[in-house]
Amino acid sequence: MDQVMTGPSAMSLPKSASSADAAASAGLGVCYEKVEKRFGSLAALRSVSFDIAPGEFVALLGHNGAGKTTLLRITASLMSPTSGRIRFPSLANGASPKSFIGMVGHSTLLYDELTAAENLSLFGQLYGLAGIPGRVERGLAACGLASRAGSIVRNFSRGMRQRLAIARALLHGPRLLLLDEPAAGLDRQGAAWFADTLARLRETGATIIMSTHARNESLDLATRAVSLNAGRVERDSGSGGDPRPILEALRAEA
Amino acid sequence: MSTARAAAILLGKELRLEFRTRELLNATIVFAIVVEVLFSFAFNPTPAESRHYGPGLLWIAFLFSASLMLHPSFAREQSNDTLDALRMAPVSSFSILLGKMLANFVFLTLAEVVLVPVFAVLYDVSLAGIVGRLVLVLVLGTIGVIVTGTVFSAISAHARMRELLLPLLMLPILAPLLIAAVESTSALFSQQPYLDQTWVAFLAGFDVVFFTASWLLCDFLMEE
Repeated sequence: MDQVMTGPSAMSLPKSASSADAAASAGLGVCYEKVEKRFGSLAALRSVSFDIAPGEFVALLGHNGAGKTTLLRITASLMSPTSGRIRFPSLANGASPKSFIGMVGHSTLLYDELTAAENLSLFGQLYGLAGIPGRVERGLAACGLASRAGSIVRNFSRGMRQRLAIARALLHGPRLLLLDEPAAGLDRQGAAWFADTLARLRETGATIIMSTHARNESLDLATRAVSLNAGRVERDSGSGGDPRPILEALRAEA
Repeated sequence: MSTARAAAILLGKELRLEFRTRELLNATIVFAIVVEVLFSFAFNPTPAESRHYGPGLLWIAFLFSASLMLHPSFAREQSNDTLDALRMAPVSSFSILLGKMLANFVFLTLAEVVLVPVFAVLYDVSLAGIVGRLVLVLVLGTIGVIVTGTVFSAISAHARMRELLLPLLMLPILAPLLIAAVESTSALFSQQPYLDQTWVAFLAGFDVVFFTASWLLCDFLMEE
């Protein structure tokens, strides 16, 4: 397996899509206003309201079924809320946030029958990126898969797929990164690379929302912690607050 | 990004995926040839009977092929939730649907390129002098089947009994198209071949109506 690159030589975060350049100087803020989501009689989210400032790194915590994934999927425009709304204040009225959002989910969002390079190239084209071959090369090098660029993803290990999924989510230089249990499947080396990548992404001013129900080293980067329980915001350290008490509580529970 | 550009990118992806595995095309073409051969054995038609019943058998073979071919169109996006990745990309919902339609059109057309000559041999039907007009009927009929089938493939992809649901939804809706396509093909297979403009216009109208409906409903279809 290739060495994943960490430290200063690691992935130079790609420039944003040409259409995203206007907002590329800062992260994307998010405002949740009384967001509710129901699946039949089940209320997955109940009147969730809080604002995320551009550049914040929010750890979204909670047990299984707390509503973390639903909130991330609504943020990614994959789902509509039953009531309430989400706003992205730094976007011009009517502009689609899709160009600015990257997501790493439970699934890899990759085509198993395409090669690693073909997967990245496909999404580079769909995001209208310039210089796709260079971006793909840098992305693969950064996640340690340069020598497997031409290999079919189906033949990759779980950890390799997850690293490629992260490279795919970062390809267009998102200003809002949504991470749903992103470290699942990563080995220690992969997790270190991922933490390093997140640290550098945070330095660029990108907003990051990371959902997890377990302690992992990337959580130390969080500037804010929001805990969900049964679809409601249970605890919120707030913008500029100290997330450590909530994170310590999570550590104690684990 | 324009809808046409995004659809072209997605068409390229679909073709690459299919021609890398050839699972769908091989299975569909073999299945359709078996159907044609079995019909031939079952009816053992004379040339006159072939002209009379052949168009119906031919289009039923196409519909069975399409039904097999269209099911995986959206279903195979589910293994790694790749449809989510497409929906998150800054492209229109219609471009995703259109990319699938174009790919399915290419696949069914390739199947027809194999099936029509096999049909002509098995049923002793001469295609001399009608190829151009037959292509027109096949293209119009195929567009209708693909547009309607791709929409129902998207609808049924999340259902538990999706393998059954797709033909159950699709085939009744396609009955008018089947009648028009069979009538148009029958006119071409008659002893004095002619293009039945009424049925051809019906085929074109069916295509326009369902293509427009798919464009209007695409956001709803792509919604989770």
